[in-house]
Amino acid sequence: MGDYPSRSASTGAGGSSVTARHARSAGGGISPIPPDDLDGSRPPLGGGGALPRKARFSMETGFRALSTAAGAMVLVIIVAIAIFLISKAVPALQANTENFLTYKAWFPNDAEPKFGIAALAFGTVLTSVIALIVAVPVALGIALFLSHYAPKRLANPLGFIIDLLAAVPSVVFGLWGRDVFRVPVEDFSVWLNKYFSWLPIFGGDGPFGRSILLGSLVLAIMVLPIVTSLSREVFQQTPLMNEEAALALGATKWEMIRTAVVPYGKPGVIAAVMLGLGRALGETIALALTLGIVFNISFNLIESGGNSIAANIANTFGEANATGRGALIASGLVLFAITLVVNMAARAIIYRRREFRDSAA
Amino acid sequence: MSLLERENPGVIMTPDNIRSKKLPWVINLGIAVGALVLAAAVVLGLGIGNWVLVIVVGIVFYLAGLFAAASRVEGRRSARNRLWQTLIYGACILAILPLASVVWTLVSKGAARLDGDFFGSSMNNIGARDPNGGAYHAIIGTLEQVGIATLMAVPLGVLGAIYLVEYGRGKFALTVRFFVDVMTGIPSIVAGLFILAFWVLIVSPWFNNGTPRFSGFAASLALTVLMLPTIVRSTEEMLRLVPGPLREGAYALGVPQWKTIVKVVLPTALPGIVTGVMLAVARAAGETAPVLLVAGGAAAINFDPFAGNQSSLALYVYGQAGDASRYAPDRAWTAALTLVTLVLILTIAAKLLARRNRLT
Repeated sequence: MGDYPSRSASTGAGGSSVTARHARSAGGGISPIPPDDLDGSRPPLGGGGALPRKARFSMETGFRALSTAAGAMVLVIIVAIAIFLISKAVPALQANTENFLTYKAWFPNDAEPKFGIAALAFGTVLTSVIALIVAVPVALGIALFLSHYAPKRLANPLGFIIDLLAAVPSVVFGLWGRDVFRVPVEDFSVWLNKYFSWLPIFGGDGPFGRSILLGSLVLAIMVLPIVTSLSREVFQQTPLMNEEAALALGATKWEMIRTAVVPYGKPGVIAAVMLGLGRALGETIALALTLGIVFNISFNLIESGGNSIAANIANTFGEANATGRGALIASGLVLFAITLVVNMAARAIIYRRREFRDSAA
Repeated sequence: MSLLERENPGVIMTPDNIRSKKLPWVINLGIAVGALVLAAAVVLGLGIGNWVLVIVVGIVFYLAGLFAAASRVEGRRSARNRLWQTLIYGACILAILPLASVVWTLVSKGAARLDGDFFGSSMNNIGARDPNGGAYHAIIGTLEQVGIATLMAVPLGVLGAIYLVEYGRGKFALTVRFFVDVMTGIPSIVAGLFILAFWVLIVSPWFNNGTPRFSGFAASLALTVLMLPTIVRSTEEMLRLVPGPLREGAYALGVPQWKTIVKVVLPTALPGIVTGVMLAVARAAGETAPVLLVAGGAAAINFDPFAGNQSSLALYVYGQAGDASRYAPDRAWTAALTLVTLVLILTIAAKLLARRNRLT
């Protein structure tokens, strides 16, 4: 760490005033910051100090202010989202004649507006959780396959295809789920109902089809690529030393994965799952097309029904009046709060592990 | 029966006898066939399901049989290894199936209306009994909205990334970085509601004699909110890859920092930045919810993004999916095919560009 010429104040030859100025300007952020040094605790690399400034307001100051403003814009937008959603939600919530948190139906356009988020929030969480229960084991399997089992020639194109899956718009998945995937899911539901109707989640007398099961499965296909690509990156970062040490002790490949790869990647996988959860909670159009849109709280997975906050916004926005819009914005505010908490928790986990900070997207 | 018990003290150790025994692949195949036959006999014999159940039960039988056979021949640990390997390979096949189904449906159903009329006409005056009608207005809408959103999001995003990499330090930069990451997870419908509350209901009445008005520009704003964090994140990663000596070389020549960034750092990172922007554009083009909330959707051609309702391809798919006309599903699938083609071309081009990028 000794070779930062601009910081060596005792060089002498240049005269004390020049070196002192250089030291100041280097510390003032003129040089590039190494990627692992965000808090600026270490002296900057290289330390190429600029020439002494001529003017108080130069292009440099302007450019710096401009880019700082652009960076701050992100914070402004997040705060603005909260402020504007609250400002439009409050009048509708005041007009509401029922309890917003516990009422289970949605009639905000009536003369006496009645609406509540209970059934919607329940449906949102239920579909997302089922989607994750289905998607996470498969996603981890694919991630392990891509990082440790597949030959490189196969892993690269397959990873590419998984990434393409992430790029397919949600409305296409929704359309596919409604027109194509519904048929096998309906058959499956009838079969489940025939043999397992003694379980409450598979009970009921039909009709089946546009059910929570269909919505969750479509959702599972949609969160699969996110969880896969993030956990794949984390698994790939396992130190080769750890893997080789496990193998050298006589571990089989699976034992090596269980003892070296999985413990190392655990925080990253948890974060990936939570990011997938955030995506699933906010998914709109695919659920609006595949759920049965019924306002009730029921654990029955196969009967037509189910609803979610986002799907309800897309479905009822068309006929909403001013109060109706306010009510939808209020429900969107709840969704925003839930996803913000989930995402912040996921990012906090990622940030605690420095190795993951710069990789996961 | 472990390795030690099998060992014969009189025999010299050679690679052939110190290596543990392997389950021959013929037995593996035999177990698979046997499991399928057994499953078919059980399922069809009892009449509890069709061929799908046969396959599912067959896989369960196969895994159990494989585990039992491998335990006898190779030992328990190796059998467990084999079991998990099979499960992991299975997960991969399971994930390819829906993708293949989506692609097949898109191509087979989307080809029905792939004609000049679809790309040359709008839905204006198209009734429930008219078989024609097209997506021209929706394509115009998508291009205008995504184009304007890109024009707004790219400068903002690139400048934000420059702040994070070149200028930002301390608590504030860390906070900005953290919230950029958090912002990538904001649901698109919330972005739509934000622009609805902010632009459509509060700002747009100022320009329209006091009545709120939907517009394509509002959709662009919502898409900007969605694209911004993606662009900041990918640009930031690219800027960090620019070698420090390049910057130092410029500083040594007395070039001020802003000029170094504009003339040295950005051109070096340009291919990577373009890749990130193209991926963000591809995602934005596929968004339905924000357009639905703030652009309103329209059946007629509207070239003006600042006044009046506009449609977009994704919204068109959603609208046609909910339409009762028996010609609507064909239009929906063809529009979906168009949309996926557009998005995939952008994505694949971005990935190919990334491959040619010398920084990574």
